[in-house]
Order: sequence, then structure tokens, then C-alpha cells
Amino acid sequence: MKIYATYNIKGGVGKTTVAVNLAYLSATDGYRTLLWDLDPQGAASFMFRIKPRVKGGGKALIRGTKALDDAIKGTDFENLDLLPADFTYRNMDLLLGDASKKPTRKIAQLLRPLAAEYDHVFLDCPPSISLVSENVMHAADVLLVPLIPTTLSVRTLDQLTEFVGDFTGRRPQVRAFFSMVDRRKRLHQDITAKLSAERPGVAATVIPALSLIERMSVERAPVAAFAPRSQAASAFRALWAELNTDKKPDDNPVTG
Amino acid sequence: MTLDLRVFELDGETGANGTDQENGISAVLDVLGQAFGVVTEHGAGARQHTWLDTFDWRLYRAGLVLEYEHARRGGRLVLNRDGAPEAEQPVQGWRTSRPRLAADLPAGPIRDQVLKLASPRALLPMATAVGTVTVTRLLNADGKTVARLTVDHSTVTRGDRTVPLPLRLAITEVRGYPGQARRAAQLVAGAPGVSQADRSAFATALAALGRHPNDYSGGVTAEITAQMPASVAVATLLLSLLDTLEQNVDGTLRDIDTEFLHDLRVAVRRTRSAIKLLGDVLPAGLAEAYAPEFKWLGDLTTPTRDLDVHLLGFDAMAESLVAASPADLEPFRAFLARRRVREVRRLATGLRSARFRATTDHWRKALLEVRDARPARKSPTADELAVARTSRTFRKVASHGAAITAASPPTALHDLRKRCKELRYVLEFFAPLHNPVVYRKVLGDLKQLQDCLGEFQDSQVQREEIHALADAMLAERAAPATTLLAMGEIAANLALRQDEARAEFAQRFARFAGREGQQRFHVLLTRPSQ
Repeated sequence: MKIYATYNIKGGVGKTTVAVNLAYLSATDGYRTLLWDLDPQGAASFMFRIKPRVKGGGKALIRGTKALDDAIKGTDFENLDLLPADFTYRNMDLLLGDASKKPTRKIAQLLRPLAAEYDHVFLDCPPSISLVSENVMHAADVLLVPLIPTTLSVRTLDQLTEFVGDFTGRRPQVRAFFSMVDRRKRLHQDITAKLSAERPGVAATVIPALSLIERMSVERAPVAAFAPRSQAASAFRALWAELNTDKKPDDNPVTG
Repeated sequence: MTLDLRVFELDGETGANGTDQENGISAVLDVLGQAFGVVTEHGAGARQHTWLDTFDWRLYRAGLVLEYEHARRGGRLVLNRDGAPEAEQPVQGWRTSRPRLAADLPAGPIRDQVLKLASPRALLPMATAVGTVTVTRLLNADGKTVARLTVDHSTVTRGDRTVPLPLRLAITEVRGYPGQARRAAQLVAGAPGVSQADRSAFATALAALGRHPNDYSGGVTAEITAQMPASVAVATLLLSLLDTLEQNVDGTLRDIDTEFLHDLRVAVRRTRSAIKLLGDVLPAGLAEAYAPEFKWLGDLTTPTRDLDVHLLGFDAMAESLVAASPADLEPFRAFLARRRVREVRRLATGLRSARFRATTDHWRKALLEVRDARPARKSPTADELAVARTSRTFRKVASHGAAITAASPPTALHDLRKRCKELRYVLEFFAPLHNPVVYRKVLGDLKQLQDCLGEFQDSQVQREEIHALADAMLAERAAPATTLLAMGEIAANLALRQDEARAEFAQRFARFAGREGQQRFHVLLTRPSQ
């Protein structure tokens, strides 16, 4: 089971959009895929028309009185399940703090029993620096960091890389990519071209700012599902292809 | 990620022709539309299902069904246990039209399980259904898919006819929405013309082909009753053995796997034993006329089977080497394989010959005449024949065995092995007439004795064959010194195994034919009225 997490300290940079689309593409490739909507706003759950509600709330999941397995819902797409958001996730920091001796490893521990059931897990993380995000970083194999092409966001990436680099033991791979890129803006062009070339952790693929991507919340589906031939869908496919090349030997899809 | 919840069929009349089928499906969709949003996916998906098993149904007998599903997106193998999927894996480039050995399956959990059960048999396509699958999504008020209806419209090909299968409808659950799937299933169950499917898609496809699971067994399957006239019972038995023999000819000729020839040979051996032990109840001259023909047939099959035995046990034999390396034996394996090609050709010529056809055709005709003739008034019953001949054969085994001492030559044990085989066959021929509990115990002890005698003789025969093969390899200049040395080590191991078997003989024989064994036989052959 490979765990991907979308993370950025800033909100509105395209974390949920990319989590929803990459999870969908992973599933269409035949990987048994789970998306956990950790954001109490429940945008990913909304995109899949699933009610942002977990019986017993975040408390039941973190304390283990309700297994993650029981809260999972099937989406409309084969191989793709969703663990919905819940408004009580807004208190998840407190719950994680109370939960165990290793509060930063709790989410990793909760996911472990799902290893036989899923090939890929995507964690859609709320924008913050918190115990939740630290948990997500410890659980993830790959941290997907959407960047809007500004100098400041590059500084954020540096801070994040440094933070993760200080982890003892297992560290996630940090893979950044540019999101909401406006090709008409010179600054966007310069920054994306320069960083993609200079920084090995930055993907060559960029996700453009397109109104079709914004339509996802109207269509309530991944863009690759409702507009598979669009430029937006192609961009997500290219990004997924770039990220999914780094496979472990046993990381093969179940269905052909 | 979805669970098969309920499976239905559209009734025969409703599903008989295209218009009725469409009306039936419309009715189902109308009923579902009362509770759900109903969205039928565009374009029915073409799908082909092929169910695979060995010729003798080894998977089915173990409670497993192996299915290969081919759709637009590719192929996958699914292994079901008792109707529920146990494992699945994608397969590329699998051609179901021809048999494949279980060892050829792609690595994965399915191969691991299937290999254990099926090897060395090939996986054959037992049934293939071709058709289309239409998926209809059932939506809740939020437009979320909460269950699916799949409609499977398939046909099978029987000879040159296309046979439609009953339309199959299934409600599948979307994870986390069990209540909605239950509701959908209730609605479908109440739709006109719909009934619960009472058998699997595999069973339905087989039935349409005029087959049923387990329709072949290498065992003795003649239906004999105690009061049947002896001649009719023996003819019935021999006809059943002839069926088995003929069922294995095609697989032997196509060399699908080694067990077709094995089963063919066993049928021939059983036939020869039945002719020898029971042939006197057939019309005068019949047994005598056919005994040489079946001996010819048995002899025809021996060289190929001997080579099969060497090749099937080759890896185990190579692993047992201590001084030599398994790689040293490879020229020997190549030599055996070359020889086998030659012998299979010779065998095929025999099985395609006029002599073979005449033997089987005339034999069947003669046996049918016996089976269907009115027997003489005072002819013995099958049970009387069973008791008399089983008793006589047992006495022979007991006396031959008792005479064997540590000083007896190997031929004495070989001879006893033949008598034991005859006893085994005569027991199996009349199995339906015996008390099953006592029968199983007697047969179990006999098998242990046979295993010991088999190990003794096979070790000797194989050792002698290895010597002969080494000579032949030398003559063909196909024998490097390292290979000959490794073969020498194999021969030495076989000699050790033979000695061990000989040491075990006395104990195994005593268990089978000692006082307790004799009492068991007495119980087996005593009838309530006696």
C-alpha cells in the first residue's frame, strides 16, 4: 500500500482538486484506491456526492471504537472508495494529542490494517501546521505539494523539505508541482520553468488554471470523469503518470 | 469493493425472444425507478467468461471455480470458493481456446492454489459464455450511485448451435450503502417475470452445453446393483471402463497432459483384470478373444508412460542428489524429452490404427448385446459373483504374501503386487455392494501394502531403466561424464529406496492380511442372510 498525501500550509492552492483527480486516475489504472477526506470542510466528499459524516465522528475513528474500514463508502467509480470528512475533524488535533503515546504516528497506525485492501491511499489534508499535518507527513510515502507560482510558495516548499528532513527514521518523498498556473503571466512561466528544471523534487507537469477545474464542484465529479478529453484531464493524467513511475516491485494494479 | 448481493433470472418465457427480454428489463427498470434515480451506462460491454478446470474436475471437487473474464479493459482470473471470490489477478494474453498447464499461470495467489490441486493436469476450458453486460446505476437523492443493476445477456456454443442463456440480473452493493442494495434487490424480486437464480452462471452455462460438473471421474463409476445378473453387471462394468478409455483417447493424442494416458492405461488394466477375474460369466469365447487385444493396447502405452514417470519425478529426483549437481542431469532430461516425442508418435499411430478402432467398436457392440440380453434363469447375481471372486482373490494375495520370506527373490514381490492390483480392482468394481465403512478400511490397508510393493518394484524398474537409458545415451554420444555420474547417484538412491520398501513389507502385509485383516474381509463379504 502506497500512501500519497496532498499538503500545503496555504489553502486554495488545489490540494483537494489534485487529490480527487489523482485518486480517480489511480482507480482507473486498476489500483484499489482509498481517498481519506481529512478536511472538515468536506470538499472531496462533496465532489463524490458523499455526505461528510462519520458515525461517532473523528473521536470514534481516532480512539478506535469505529474501525476505519466501517466508515468507508464506495464512490461512483470502480476501485475508488472514500473515507468521508466529518465536521468533528476540526478537533482532530486535540483527539490525536489525547490518543496515544505517539500522537504523531496515529494516522499511520490507523491505516495499517487497510494494507491488504488497498494499493493506494490518498490523504487530503486541511491547510495548517498542526498535529494532523504532522501525522499525515509521517503516514505518507509521498507528500504531494501543490505550489502556486510565486516566490513565497517556493520558500514554503523549502521549509517543508527541511522539516521533513529532520524526521528520524522513515521520511516521505516530497514531490511538488505547480498548480493554478496562468500561462499568460510571465512570472508564472518563469518560475515554473526555472524550478522544474533546477529542483529534482518538482514535477515537470503543471496544472493550469482552467475554469473546467472549477466546474468540478458543479459537476461533483473528477474532471477526468466528466471531461476526459479536456486539457485539464490531460494535465492530471500527465501528472499522475509522472508521479506513478516510481513504483515498488509489488505495486501492481489488481485488475487489468 | 462491491459485493454480489442478489442474482436473478428473467423467466424462460419472458426471456425467450428479444422483444420479451426488452419488456422484462423495462419492467425491472420501472420498478427500480420508484425508489431510485436510474441511469443506464452507455454501450453494453462485451464480455467473455471461460470457466477452467482439469479434465477430472480437481478444482470443482475442492470447492473452487476458476473463471477467466475477458472484457475490453483486459483479462482477469477470478478464483471463487463456494460462490464467493477468493482471489483475482490480471492476466495478459491468455488464450482460453487451448489448454494450459497450471504451471503456466502467471505468478500470484491463484497460481499457488491452483498448482497444488491441478498439477500435473492442464486447465481446460469447461464452458465459455460470450455476451454483453449492461450496467445501470441506481442513484439516491444526491445523485450518488448507491447500487448497480447488471444485466448479463450471454450465449454458449454447442456444436454449431448458439444457445442463449437465461438473462441474468444482479444487484451489486456499493460499499457503505447496504440498505439501498437490499431495497433494490427486493424491488427486482417483485418485478414481473423475475425469479431468484438458483444456480451459478457456470452451472447454467454447463447445463446449456448438456454437461454437469464432475461429469468425468477416473474411478470406477459403473452402476451395479446386488441383484443384477452377474453377466449384466460385468458387461455394465466393462462398458463403463470402455467409456473411460475412450474419453481419454483425444487428450492422449493431443498430448494435453500426462494424466490422459495414465487414466487410459488404468482403464485398460482394469479391463484386463476384469476379463481375467470375471470374464467367465460372459458368453463363451468373448473374454479369450479380447484379452490379447487389451494386452496389445497396454503394451502400446507403456513406453510413453515410463518416460512420463521419469519426467514427472525429475525435479524431485534432481533435488535428492548429494554428490552431483542437479544441473548435471539436464542432458538426461533432454534425452528423456527427445525419446518421449518419438514414443508419443508411436503411441498415436497405434491409437489411430484400424486395430484400435476395431477392438473398441466390436468390444462395445459385444458388451451391449450381453447387457441387453435376457440372462439365463439360474445365472448368479452380481453380489454372488462379487463375494466369490473377491474372496478368491484375497485368498491368493494372502497365500502368496505369506510365502514371502527374507530370502524370496524380487520376482515374488512383483508377483504379489500384481495379485494385489487384481484384488484392488475387484474390490472397486463391486464397491457399491459393500458396507462402505468396512470397504474404506480394507481399501486403506490394501493401498498401504500396494504403496510398499510399488515402491519396491518401481525403484527396481526405474534403476534398470536408468542403466538402459545410460547405454542408449552413450550410444548416441549424448552423455557427458558428469551426467552419467549423476545418473549413477540416482540409481544408488533408488536401490536404497528399494531396500527400505523391502524392510517395511512384512509389517504392511501383516496389517493387511493378518488375523485382523482376515476378519475385516470376512465382515466385508458376509451378507445379512448368510
